[in-house]
Amino acid sequence: MYDGIIQDLIDEFGRLPGIGPKSAQRIAFHILQTESFDVSRLAQLLTDLREKVRFCQICGNVAEQETCSICRDPRRSPTTICVVEEAKDVVAIERTREFRGLYHVLGGAISPIDGIGPDDLRIAQLLGRLSDGTVTEVIIATDPNLEGEATATYLTRLLVQPNLTVSRLASGLPVGGDLEYADEVTLGRAFEGRRTVER
Amino acid sequence: MPTYRDEAVVLRTHKLGEADRIVTMLSRHHGKIRAVAKGVRRTGSRFGSRLEPFMVADVQLYVGRSLDIVQQAESLGSYGAEISDDYGSYTAASVMVETADKVTDDDGGGVQQYLLLVGALRSLARREHAPSLTLDSYLLRALSIAGWAPSFGDCAVTGAPGPHSHFVVQLGGMVAADVAPPGSPRVSPEALALLAALLTGDWATADASDERARNQASGIIAAYTQFHLERGLRSLPHVDRQAPSAPTSRRAAAGPAELASEHPPPGVASPTAPASTIQDKPPGGAPHETPTIGAPA
Repeated sequence: MYDGIIQDLIDEFGRLPGIGPKSAQRIAFHILQTESFDVSRLAQLLTDLREKVRFCQICGNVAEQETCSICRDPRRSPTTICVVEEAKDVVAIERTREFRGLYHVLGGAISPIDGIGPDDLRIAQLLGRLSDGTVTEVIIATDPNLEGEATATYLTRLLVQPNLTVSRLASGLPVGGDLEYADEVTLGRAFEGRRTVER
Repeated sequence: MPTYRDEAVVLRTHKLGEADRIVTMLSRHHGKIRAVAKGVRRTGSRFGSRLEPFMVADVQLYVGRSLDIVQQAESLGSYGAEISDDYGSYTAASVMVETADKVTDDDGGGVQQYLLLVGALRSLARREHAPSLTLDSYLLRALSIAGWAPSFGDCAVTGAPGPHSHFVVQLGGMVAADVAPPGSPRVSPEALALLAALLTGDWATADASDERARNQASGIIAAYTQFHLERGLRSLPHVDRQAPSAPTSRRAAAGPAELASEHPPPGVASPTAPASTIQDKPPGGAPHETPTIGAPA
């Protein structure tokens, strides 16, 4: 136990997710001992994060204005919406450079055991975006775990509209892996989602 | 190295750190187990998919200081995909695992609860009955095993032969009219027959019941369950009782690899306690015995 400011700082870092007491102590002493560390910039960014960053009114992604940069981008296709659980998933999909449509962030997945039902997610906002008929395809990109699959099932049941295609991200073998090490559930999904090879 | 091996059904998981999970399991011989599964959130994890909720696995664990550590997991029953494919089944299964989490403890001795839960999940996965009926039957039987069996025949207070028409949660079931507190709810004969059928596993009667009787029975069972658990079930308000229980489309369209792993049909169930029936066979081990909640009595 330390006294005063250093212990307070360790305690505050320790409250962050994934940071235990040892990591909190290491970070605090790094800031204390590294003279080149720009403390004021870190403090300013933390303040700005709370004051300036909000959620996009259209898609629920993080934004510094009322709408996010993706929703404001005129080069993005407004006919396709990719539904994800968290804003972090938007970044993961953007890294692929494969998708040029818009996003919709649900804010989680349906998990009754945690008390999270469909009404706790941004599903009503998604239906509102589909009401004018501009969107012709919804890609459901929830996590490939139990909650994500159940959320996808619920959305699929809900999104029955004429002229609207609903698709689900494929799941299966990771690129670069060996087939013999794949577990039976993943391998089964890979077989289930197999596609015809074009000749 | 202190390790042990057991069969377990995964009740729930919590995220831990960057890529780990804390997995809560109900095991056959060691009661409820909380263990850390390292790296299972990474896409390259070799056994992450086997430690999802509703999965039955043969697990090997290392005894840790506070939490055990999962070393290996082999799938014995892969029900998660089939259950999550139907929203009604998913919400029903969520209530089941939450109930199992609350009626079991860490000191072992929960073999009957384990067998009952596995049988109920398997029945849901196979769409043997409406998910709400499977759920209600599971709740009644889980409470019975835990020592809170309701009385649907004789009066729970005086023992007077039934049938009676008043159900009082606090008194343990149906009671005669002269001992029923004022304002206690009356149960229709159809709902009473359904409640008794769900408790004893009379699926012919249960499947033939009408919507009105099912709704009344579900309300009674929910109140009875939450009274005896002394707390609300968070998942219970989310149960989708209007969901269709039609066979799943994904299973119907599944490729040969998935269908090849399907389990053989279940045997015959005991009308009261969860009996066992030979089913899956773990790798290199004895046949995996699980009960069947869904098979006709």
